[in-house]
Amino acid sequence: MTNAVVVEGLVKRFGENTALGGVDLTVSEGTVLGLLGPNGAGKTTVVRILSTLLLPDAGRAEVNGLDVVSQADQVRATIGLTGQYAAVDEYLTGRENLEMVGRLYRLGKREARSRAGQLLERFELTDAANRPAKTYSGGMRRRLDIAASLIARPRVLFLDEPTTGLDPRSRLGMWEFIGDLVSDGTTILLTTQYLEEADRLADRMVVIDKGEVIARGTADELKAQVGGERLELTVASAEQLADVAEALGPLAQGELQRDHQSRRLSLPVTGGTDTLAEALRRLAGVRADVLDIGLRRPDLDDVFLTLTGHAAEEKAMDDESRPTAPATAGAQS
Amino acid sequence: MTTLAETLSDSAVITRRNLIKVKRVPDLIVFATLSPIMFVLLFRFVFGGAINVPGNVSYAEFLLPGIFTQTVIFGSTITGSSIAEDLQKGLIDRFRSLPMSRSAVLIGRTVADLGLNALSIAVMALTGLVVGWRIHSSVGEAIVGFLLLLVFSYSISWLMALVGLTVRTPEVVNNASFIVIFPITFVASTFVPLETFPTVLRTFAEWNPVSTVAQSARELFGNIPAGVPEPDVWSLQHPLAYSLLWAALILAVFVPLSVRKYLRTASR
Ligand SMILES: Nc1ncnc2c1ncn2[C@@H]1O[C@H](COP(=O)(O)OP(=O)(O)O)[C@@H](O)[C@H]1O
Ligand SMILES: [Mg+2]
Repeated sequence: MTNAVVVEGLVKRFGENTALGGVDLTVSEGTVLGLLGPNGAGKTTVVRILSTLLLPDAGRAEVNGLDVVSQADQVRATIGLTGQYAAVDEYLTGRENLEMVGRLYRLGKREARSRAGQLLERFELTDAANRPAKTYSGGMRRRLDIAASLIARPRVLFLDEPTTGLDPRSRLGMWEFIGDLVSDGTTILLTTQYLEEADRLADRMVVIDKGEVIARGTADELKAQVGGERLELTVASAEQLADVAEALGPLAQGELQRDHQSRRLSLPVTGGTDTLAEALRRLAGVRADVLDIGLRRPDLDDVFLTLTGHAAEEKAMDDESRPTAPATAGAQS
Repeated sequence: MTTLAETLSDSAVITRRNLIKVKRVPDLIVFATLSPIMFVLLFRFVFGGAINVPGNVSYAEFLLPGIFTQTVIFGSTITGSSIAEDLQKGLIDRFRSLPMSRSAVLIGRTVADLGLNALSIAVMALTGLVVGWRIHSSVGEAIVGFLLLLVFSYSISWLMALVGLTVRTPEVVNNASFIVIFPITFVASTFVPLETFPTVLRTFAEWNPVSTVAQSARELFGNIPAGVPEPDVWSLQHPLAYSLLWAALILAVFVPLSVRKYLRTASR
């Protein structure tokens, strides 16, 4: 498989501040790379360099086999960029925005018009097509912005935090749109602060923190770094924990954790649902009231915490902009 | 690389985009039309009697070319604040990521603002005619007069483009240009004859291109009656040539500087 994006030793400094300290990454054609990291990690800087908006201080970056510095003009003809903040002209209607961008990609008048019509339809903006973008909601603006970056059928699409600031419903819708793009064969580099989002949309992930790559691989590979699945259960009273622990002990693949306060037991296991069934069978012979039992695979929040020692998301951020991920009660490590 | 035809086509797309905004934001049209009308009436009726102009030309006749000049220069400041606004809203990033001509965004901007200035001049000329201003020259000379105002304001637009790309906040662009443009348009023969100025200011005003644009417009519209003494400095003796020289100089400096700045500017 050829690489649509190749980044080697990319360095970018802003004065004293090193935004990127030598980043390497590749994106295979037709796949989605999730570039994951907290605020200020350097995600936008990577996207800006790849989309020719910023010059790197050192290192090399190629998009579709073209160098982003020496062949910037050609790179621009083959990419689409959706920046972190929707760049739509508020005074133009949705349709006018798309036609303008289409014309600037050098599509003919007629083609720009027909592509605009198709994309408005696809992104469910047809009803609002003839209203100035000023009147659009945040989600509609994002969609219009993505539509604009798709107008000339780019081979590589950069999406910088496409769902940040969207309400949960718009976020789910956006995930569907992005999923469709992937099935069309577009290569996508997507940045996100949301681990769940990368897990859901990306084939591979690169995790960066403070301008350095701290992990890379598939979601499964990253999760493996934090450890495998765990069996967790809650009982009605703390006295019952000892009996339960004794019954399940043989299933544990490592240290078994007990928490009297929350009346919870957690043990590393292998074997998935078979093990869960076995655990239930064993519990049938124990006099304990099990309130809750389940298998829990570590999610990327755990991955991040393990890798960086700090949480990935700004917990202080407004709740509305958080993904609909089920809240994971404090990590167990 | 982009060809000339592509640059023109991209610039046309951007010009159209900017004019659509003018159509949808009434404030801009109001600024471009009502405030010049107000200026003309204000100066004509409030100061009209208070300022003595040499010879027996009416003050309205002396005044109008000066107001034309000042208004188009202020009109050109819109270039700066609009570009700062595009930068803030991420549109410049969008444009810079497209395979379009490198100068089209700025050409489209300045051309659209030239259009607004043309509208302002038309409105002012009509208002002027109502309050007693007349063109005493030939049609050809009058056309050259209007063209000079447009050419000069166009060069100022390119200067403001660089200001907008550098300052990045529309409000600050407005305040900054006010601070600079007010003195430059007032220490000139825009509204009063230079004979009344103290020496230092007078020398500045004599060589100030705003004076020469106003002077040239007065000559070309025939608003300088016989009996007014000939100016004794080269700039005011040859105001058309001197003004065009300035316009050319401003364009030669600020077109390349602004385009260069545009290519390196990313919003934050
Ligand atoms: N234009 C700029 N000028 C100065 N510092 C910048 C600029 N752009 C980014 N930075 C700094 O570089 C670092 C990475 O920023 P960014 O790439 O925007 O991170 P992210 O997109 O992951 O939140 C941050 O410390 C940020 O403050
Ligand atoms: Mg960012």
